[in-house]
Amino acid sequence: MIKISADLFDPWHEVVAYQDSAKHWTGKFGATNVFVGTMRDFNDGDAVTGMVLEHYPGMTEKQLEDIVKQATRDWHLLDALVVHRVGEIKPNEPIVLVAVWASHRGDAFDAGRQIMEALKNKAPFWKKERLPNGDERWVEHNTDGYLRSPKNDMSTILG
Amino acid sequence: MIMSVKVRYFASLKDSVGRSDDMVDVNGAVTVAEIWAMANANRLMPDNILAAVNMEYVDIEHSVQNGDEVAFFPPVTGG
Repeated sequence: MIKISADLFDPWHEVVAYQDSAKHWTGKFGATNVFVGTMRDFNDGDAVTGMVLEHYPGMTEKQLEDIVKQATRDWHLLDALVVHRVGEIKPNEPIVLVAVWASHRGDAFDAGRQIMEALKNKAPFWKKERLPNGDERWVEHNTDGYLRSPKNDMSTILG
Repeated sequence: MIMSVKVRYFASLKDSVGRSDDMVDVNGAVTVAEIWAMANANRLMPDNILAAVNMEYVDIEHSVQNGDEVAFFPPVTGG
């Protein structure tokens, strides 16, 4: 299921509620992979106080549907749930949820990763950040999610 | 035959062209790139632009049909 939400959502509640409603695969799944993307209060070395997420109504849903269909062709999935915020967002609020259910962890991990990376590259959403002085700026591109060296990258993030 | 094509712009591109949409009338077959040129006479298409026709990604040489919706936008930054 794909959901575009103009309101704050609780990703953990969404996962449990969706799983409870999906009676046809109750008992069949052994692996659930959940990714939650949350808004930071910094980006590109600057403090960020909020942002607006724009999308292309219709195309965004269509692209997300295609991304989930492709993952379902590539991996043995029972189901997937994608929720993405649009509109005004504040730091610490969730932006995106990707949850996948599979019989085994390999499919769950890899399908979840594939959906998330495809969303980052193809789903038409655009972020405009607000800085503490009131200036606004468009985020120009997403970073590559596949790190060559997770350890080195963590040292950069954590200083 | 005169064709009517809706053109839409999003995000930073909408800001830089100063509009969210255009209607372009064309006579005969045209490509996405030609639609851009007709709607934006004095503005070159940015290098990193993405294009869609009827909400599917296309190459800028893709041909446009009557009633199509053509969209131009910068690299996506969701997630």
